[in-house]
Amino acid sequence: MLDKLKEIEKSALESLAAITDQTALDSWRVANVGRSSPLMQVFAGFGKLSKEEKPVVGAEANRVKGTLESALEEKSKEVKNAALAKSLEEEKLDVTLPGRSVNIGRLHPSTQQLRRVLAILAEMGFQVYTSREVETDEMNFQMLNFPPDHPARDMQDTFFIEANGRGDNPILMRTHTSPGQIHAMREYAATNPQDPPPIRIALPGMCFRYEQITARSEIQFNQVEGLAIGKNITFADLKGTIADFVRRMFGEGARLRFRASYFPFTEPSAEVDVECFVCGGKGCQVCKNSGWLEILGCGMVHPVVLQNGGYDPKIYSGFAWGMGPERQLMLRNKINDIRYFWGNDVRFLEQF
Amino acid sequence: MKIPLSWLKDFIDLDGISIEDIARKLTLAGLEVDEILYAGLPMPVYKEGEKHEFKTNGIAWDREKIVVAEIREVKAHPNADKLTLLDLFDGQQEQVVLTGAPNIFHLKGTGKLEKPIKVAYAKEGSTLYDGHADGQVLMTLKRAKIRGVDSYSMVCSEKELGITDESDGIIILDDDAPVGMPLAEYIGDAVLDISILPNMARNANVIGIARELAALTGSELKVAGSKLQVQPSTLRKAQGNALNLPPVTDLVEIEITNPELNPRFVAGLIRNVEIKPSPYQIQRRLKLAGIRAINNIVDATNYAMLELGEPLHAFDYDVLKARAGKNKIKISTRAAKDGEKLTTLDGVERKLTSTNVLVCDEKGSLSLAGVMGGSESEVSDKTKNILLEGAAWNFINIRRTAKQHNLPSEASFRFSRGVHPSLAEHGVTLGLNYMAQWAGGEITPNLVDAYPLKPKDSVVDVTSHDVKRLLGIDLTPEEIANLLTRLDFACEITSYGLQVTAPNHRMDIAEGVVGLADVLEEVARSYGYDNIPTTSMADALPPQVGNPVHEWEEHLRDLLVAAGLQEVVTYRMTSPEREARLSASENYVRIANPIAPERSVLRRSLLTSVLEIAEKNARAESITLFEVGSVFEPNGNDSSTGSERGLPHEPRKLAIVMTGSRLASAWDVKDSPNFDFFDMKGRLELLLSGLRLTDISYTANESHQHLHPGKSTEVKVSGQVVGVFGELHPLAKEKFEFGDAAIIVAEFDLDLLRKLNPTYGIKAVPETPPIYEDIAVIVDDSVEANAVEALIRQTGGKTVTNVRLFDVYRGDQVGAGKKSLAYSLTYQSDKTMTDADAAAIRNKIVKRLEQTIGAKLRS
Repeated sequence: MLDKLKEIEKSALESLAAITDQTALDSWRVANVGRSSPLMQVFAGFGKLSKEEKPVVGAEANRVKGTLESALEEKSKEVKNAALAKSLEEEKLDVTLPGRSVNIGRLHPSTQQLRRVLAILAEMGFQVYTSREVETDEMNFQMLNFPPDHPARDMQDTFFIEANGRGDNPILMRTHTSPGQIHAMREYAATNPQDPPPIRIALPGMCFRYEQITARSEIQFNQVEGLAIGKNITFADLKGTIADFVRRMFGEGARLRFRASYFPFTEPSAEVDVECFVCGGKGCQVCKNSGWLEILGCGMVHPVVLQNGGYDPKIYSGFAWGMGPERQLMLRNKINDIRYFWGNDVRFLEQF
Repeated sequence: MKIPLSWLKDFIDLDGISIEDIARKLTLAGLEVDEILYAGLPMPVYKEGEKHEFKTNGIAWDREKIVVAEIREVKAHPNADKLTLLDLFDGQQEQVVLTGAPNIFHLKGTGKLEKPIKVAYAKEGSTLYDGHADGQVLMTLKRAKIRGVDSYSMVCSEKELGITDESDGIIILDDDAPVGMPLAEYIGDAVLDISILPNMARNANVIGIARELAALTGSELKVAGSKLQVQPSTLRKAQGNALNLPPVTDLVEIEITNPELNPRFVAGLIRNVEIKPSPYQIQRRLKLAGIRAINNIVDATNYAMLELGEPLHAFDYDVLKARAGKNKIKISTRAAKDGEKLTTLDGVERKLTSTNVLVCDEKGSLSLAGVMGGSESEVSDKTKNILLEGAAWNFINIRRTAKQHNLPSEASFRFSRGVHPSLAEHGVTLGLNYMAQWAGGEITPNLVDAYPLKPKDSVVDVTSHDVKRLLGIDLTPEEIANLLTRLDFACEITSYGLQVTAPNHRMDIAEGVVGLADVLEEVARSYGYDNIPTTSMADALPPQVGNPVHEWEEHLRDLLVAAGLQEVVTYRMTSPEREARLSASENYVRIANPIAPERSVLRRSLLTSVLEIAEKNARAESITLFEVGSVFEPNGNDSSTGSERGLPHEPRKLAIVMTGSRLASAWDVKDSPNFDFFDMKGRLELLLSGLRLTDISYTANESHQHLHPGKSTEVKVSGQVVGVFGELHPLAKEKFEFGDAAIIVAEFDLDLLRKLNPTYGIKAVPETPPIYEDIAVIVDDSVEANAVEALIRQTGGKTVTNVRLFDVYRGDQVGAGKKSLAYSLTYQSDKTMTDADAAAIRNKIVKRLEQTIGAKLRS
């Protein structure tokens, strides 16, 4: 009987070794370890054995069964792996075929840049304040210390609206977001005229200048202004606040310089140059080799403007600064034609 | 304003400071240098792409090769009639030079010149601008044979040396030019082109810039005892026999009718001038400053103006005398009469209005005050005696007049920005002085000076506290005084700080709280903006209130982007014709000064703007655009009375345009269906649910003619119409250049939408298992889907948590005039439901549908 078991083991293992696919393996399982396999017949005929034979044959039969089963398991893994390897081989994609694109929406680049600016300002405590696009001369100019016929008006060529009988106060397209300064100050001051509250606001919006539309000039453009009014605000604070803003906007290492300038509604006034972020100040086409980029105008709020807003310039002071999101985008992305922004060619828009 | 460095150096010692440093100091102090133009001085050389702070242009003159030389004889060229040969001495040796210069040609063949002519001589190998090329093209002088004569050098024109673009004649230098001296040393220069901001008008002159540089560098301003301080009496002494002449005050009187318009009028007289060209040094400076050289008299007025900032006007005294006849000349200034005419010296007859101011005599008008002289009393070649005017005018009036007559001139540029009346007297003195120097003649004693409105010099109190409070720096009164004295302010230390008096050339310093800001700006500039520290605001942070309207719109944009739409931002200005493609209107906010007819009004229709953008992008396979922005509606019946009366309404709108393929095409995605009504509706449903609005209904569109009547609908939220959408009407679509695909558009009124209260709350996710069941009912084709869904929901109650239409079928199986609507229902309640529970509800629903709309369950 033991010889027979040896024979069973030998022939089973031999036939197993030749198997390469799952079907043959399944047949082998039935033939060798299935219910009617020779091995199982040995177990079935167990009762006929003598008392002495039983433990010897039993042990041997169990050993052979164990051997065949583990050989089967081994083989089974081998066959599966081979099948997997084969199917992996066959399922190879041409990974260079283009991906299936998704139609997604995007914000206009100006909106994206406005959001960047406003997000930084919000963290610095400057809340968004918006006001109308069609304004009176009074709000756009006079209250901001541009009297009628003042030479400073030459700096801001203006679109006027047809309207009769308005004398020195015509209706116009706002040339800057600064009329919002007066609207905001008056609103804030009205809450407590005796002791108006401090102000920190950001004024975003579309502005208009009478220009020809060319690569360099546009009839409309966005502006964002920051305005801070309080009882202890100095030119040094203006410099510090702008330095903070510029660092956030243009990077940790951005060096800047303040040049004296003139705006009727601020005094002292300055223009701020930031070291060219395209070339790092070494000189390139974007900064016209000067190493500097003019990025914003600023100054201490003029006492006449404070007064017009309901804030006593003897007690209050403040500063304001203004900048152009489109200009920032143009510098940053080396865009040399401002007409792209309102041209809205999707091939331009989808790059942002 | 263009300022030659050599001229600046008449007034300030700038040795040891590079031209770039000068430009940088001016730029940081608010006098931005746009360009440095080199005309002879050594010029920095930049490599391609190398950083150079200032735009630089021009040419440096080689000291060895380009020198002062003298022409000793002008000879004929043996083989060319139009050329001459010059015998010339360059300080070292004799040279023979060829030239075709017309301004030397007449001397041909006159033999040895009695008085040699001084010229700018360039030797072989010199680098110059090509005098015959268009624009500025560099060239190097090379030896050549011209008509058989050896040519290796040249006498230069202004163009060749980069002084002007004049190439017609050679430069003839002044007689005292030192032969052999490098030309760069003699007249080499550099020009600073400076932008003058409106508040810096006082510096639109050489002395103004020199004064600023004195404050910025600490150098002394060289005016003490010089031209500026010269009084008429000292001039008179210098003019010998002039003392015997009758004083001008006996010959001319002045009457000012409106001192507000003309605070001061000064006139002086010089007799027996000889009109001829100015010295070359003077011509050269004028030309570098951008002014044409005319003759010594006109040049003197311009030169004095550029130097001091006071525009002057020269009258031919004999013309005035003839007009006055036996009477004393009486000059008066007055407003013009409406319709009065004057021919200005540009030869144009100008029709005047009562806002213009005239300088007149008894016979009539002489000049348009502060803007341009009249032709009759203009200085001519024959003029012998000059009456020189220096006046002060109201800057706003001059600005208006110059604009009205489109006459921007050097004079009106200055007068329209404010010239201090104190300069009138200095200006006339300076002008007469230069005339006497360049044209000979005798200055008549005294000046006629009418000065009815003398401005008060502003006095401002400044304390260390003010400086700390507004600038954030600690300065003692002495330190403040030191900073201001450099800019000619008079400072007196007081018990509280200091009292500052503005210098009498400045009109831009006020008094009181504004004056304080004016003075502190000068303190800051003088101290240097770069030296002021940077600090963080110590002031209280105001309450953070946010901006709900702005935030709501940004949220809306995010929802639209999430729905796959591309934002556009378009022009506010359009034309009625452009908008008429969608719907015509007459009622527009109109631009009074449009840049073009197609931008003559403010838009009323945001949708037209977005459609125009879609049209421009029509080649894209798929277009999904939106814009959020204002439109403008005239406020015709505005009953308010304030200054804001008549301002238009600026309602906020949303417009969406979708057209083209629904799916992005790919190598295995072809023939995607086009966007239709329901693509838009699905996005709008997302949008409204994102805004937390639920009570939404759709009603027939009756008022929007530009939409397809059967494929459009108004959108109501809580019963209020907030928008409309649908397919563009075929007739409207025809007016645009679109392809075949349907154009799906939507327009919403954001002011209405924003004010609606959100009705949508977040529900807990149920833990019991749902039961899903599909039912299909056959109804008449006219029954609207939303009526069926409403009935199902109503009947099912809250146990039916979702009703989704998944199929609509029309055809043989349901019969003509009928349709089958298949719904997927979700049943769910707090307790686990059984199929029997669901069946009971379903039976109720079916029964209700049968009774109410005659529906039949489709088996």
